[in-house]
Amino acid sequence: MNAAASLRRIGLPRLVVHFAVLLICIVWLIPTLGILMTSFREPAQITSSGWWTAFTSAAQTSAARLADPSTARQEGANYVISGSVFEEGQGGTVRAFGTRVQEPAAYPAGQPADLGDGETLTINEDGSYTYAKAGPFDGERGRRVYLQVATPPSFTTENYNTVLTSQGIGQAFVNSLTVAIPSTIIPILIAAFAAYALSWMEFPGRALLIAMVVGLIVVPLQMSLIPLLRMYNEIGGLLGVPSRSYAGIWLAHSAFGMPLAIYLLRNYIAGLPKEIIESARVDGASDFEIFLKIVLPLSFPALASFAIFQFLWTWNDLLVAMVFLGTGRDQLVLTGALNALLGSQGGKWEILTASAFITIVVPLLVFFLLQRYLVRGLLAGSVKGG
Amino acid sequence: MASQIVSAFGAVIVGVFACALYYWLSDKLLQVIFPVPEGNVRAASVNLNRRAVVRPWLFMGPALILLVVYLVYPVLATFVLSFYDRSGVNFVGLANYRWAVSDAQFRQSIFNNILWLAVVPAACTFFGLVIAVLTDRIWWGNIAKSLVFMPMAISFVGASVIWKFVYEYRGGNETQIGLLNAIVQFFGGDPQVWISLPFWNNFFLMVILIWIQTGFAMVILSAALRGIPEETIEAAVIDGANGWQIFWKIMVPQIWGTIAVVWTTITILVLKVFDIVLTMTNGQWNTMVLANLMFDWMFRGGGDSGRSAVIALVIMAAVTPIMIWNIRQANRETGDH
Repeated sequence: MNAAASLRRIGLPRLVVHFAVLLICIVWLIPTLGILMTSFREPAQITSSGWWTAFTSAAQTSAARLADPSTARQEGANYVISGSVFEEGQGGTVRAFGTRVQEPAAYPAGQPADLGDGETLTINEDGSYTYAKAGPFDGERGRRVYLQVATPPSFTTENYNTVLTSQGIGQAFVNSLTVAIPSTIIPILIAAFAAYALSWMEFPGRALLIAMVVGLIVVPLQMSLIPLLRMYNEIGGLLGVPSRSYAGIWLAHSAFGMPLAIYLLRNYIAGLPKEIIESARVDGASDFEIFLKIVLPLSFPALASFAIFQFLWTWNDLLVAMVFLGTGRDQLVLTGALNALLGSQGGKWEILTASAFITIVVPLLVFFLLQRYLVRGLLAGSVKGG
Repeated sequence: MASQIVSAFGAVIVGVFACALYYWLSDKLLQVIFPVPEGNVRAASVNLNRRAVVRPWLFMGPALILLVVYLVYPVLATFVLSFYDRSGVNFVGLANYRWAVSDAQFRQSIFNNILWLAVVPAACTFFGLVIAVLTDRIWWGNIAKSLVFMPMAISFVGASVIWKFVYEYRGGNETQIGLLNAIVQFFGGDPQVWISLPFWNNFFLMVILIWIQTGFAMVILSAALRGIPEETIEAAVIDGANGWQIFWKIMVPQIWGTIAVVWTTITILVLKVFDIVLTMTNGQWNTMVLANLMFDWMFRGGGDSGRSAVIALVIMAAVTPIMIWNIRQANRETGDH
């Protein structure tokens, strides 16, 4: 019986715990659910009703014009105009109607409304109406009415189409991949060699180097930006190449991830069984061979943990990309593109939500598929500040 | 686009191959420079020793170069630049520091940063601990943990869009499509423009980071809770302690070390928080924090490297105590090893 199990026997009643955890899950999930649902709704529906009503009918206010007075039929003493407020192909359920724009829902659907002056108007839920008057109608044009129409829920993938093609998110997705993949893989090998040296080789200054690596883990990126930007500009000017390039950001990401990589891998590699490495040494294997044939294969879990961290970090990064890759439209990575859209497409939630979901879908996949390694890495490297 | 992907994969292959080649070649070179002649035991052992002296540095070479060029040198350079003018050419002494002390926006940023530091680490640790304890007690706890942990994978920018939609405000008689305002309206309140409410808007931004980081705290603390020796809890149960007492007097004291790690880790993250403020308010409505102010000065009016460097140094100074503590912890562990 472990600690958690013994705690189970005491304290809060079970039901309360279930309920509390359910509540926490809902609170944590709902914001993300909101943008996922919204990204599949039609723009008109997004602005007219909350996303939580997406599966119910959305109430929209619209205007319609009744038929011309010339179409009126005489029924006894009354003149009657009838028809449908919906145009051909248009559908929905009328909830309420009104004759003034300030009060579009003054009268409930299906019941005759007394408009005064001897006029009554009935608009049914299906849109058919009867407009009666105890005398001839005047005027040339049909009367304007306002409707509260419940449109049935409808979902679309059009928003994704739009952002991928015309909002530059497709290009940004490619840019993000271009940044993240080399920035994840290149530092692994470099860090693994260094970690091996720091674990299994004796040399003066080793303890100092380990302390330096641990210290560098928490150095804020802000400290590096100004000198590096100057250095990149100078090198760019000197060699006549653009100062902002993919090669530059690959190196920057590799270097910024390096302290954590060395720290994580060293913790793991130093913990490998001493006997294996020493018996290999006795057999005459060089450090190079030991590293390649024994240490590297055995360290796979630690390498995987770091790779996931580094991928999430490079994919989700905004600051490094803004400084080292530039903010031109076709240079933006996904986070940068999303940030730019927030500025330029402020209230267009169909664009923002679809873009946001494209931005987070890859890390979420990585997260759910490789969660085990991520947790292991976190537990091993919880000194790092993210 | 396709060619760009090809070049990315090309870079991976070339990069990995170049690294492998470097390590392999340097090792071969070492063997050539310091040969181990057969029959000459003395020369062989001398050269083997020499190899052993050089080899660690060959192994660490590329990593060390990256660390020095991208982290060590910039830290020193930033320090130096803080004494120079906006272009980094003319020495101005303490002028940038004097500017910082008297600048209203700088003070505002310090104040906001302190606010963030006071709230976010505490909130994340608290929620993380509570959720860890609760989810350990139910059969579907792991699913719940996964859901709380999930925002860790979401970028700060993505999370900002997610929450901006929650906080969305629509004026006049329009239907509120932001969840928060809809709830407020449902309970009879007046919808608000949450992210421009002075002072309180800071807390609405903090919610985003708490939402992201609680999962981290939960995972680490949950592992620590499982590591508590069961005897201590059983003894407490036998002595008649109730659940509340067991939690606070038996469990929490045993995981103090882990709580400290979680707290400091989130503290460092908070000091560097940038994306959330940039995307939510860009520092408007008194929400500026140091990292954003620093970025702002890096590019404002062509960039002012001196002032920007001073702001970066303030962040660095705040991180330094934690850095020293981490190094001490790590040294202690290495000593045991």
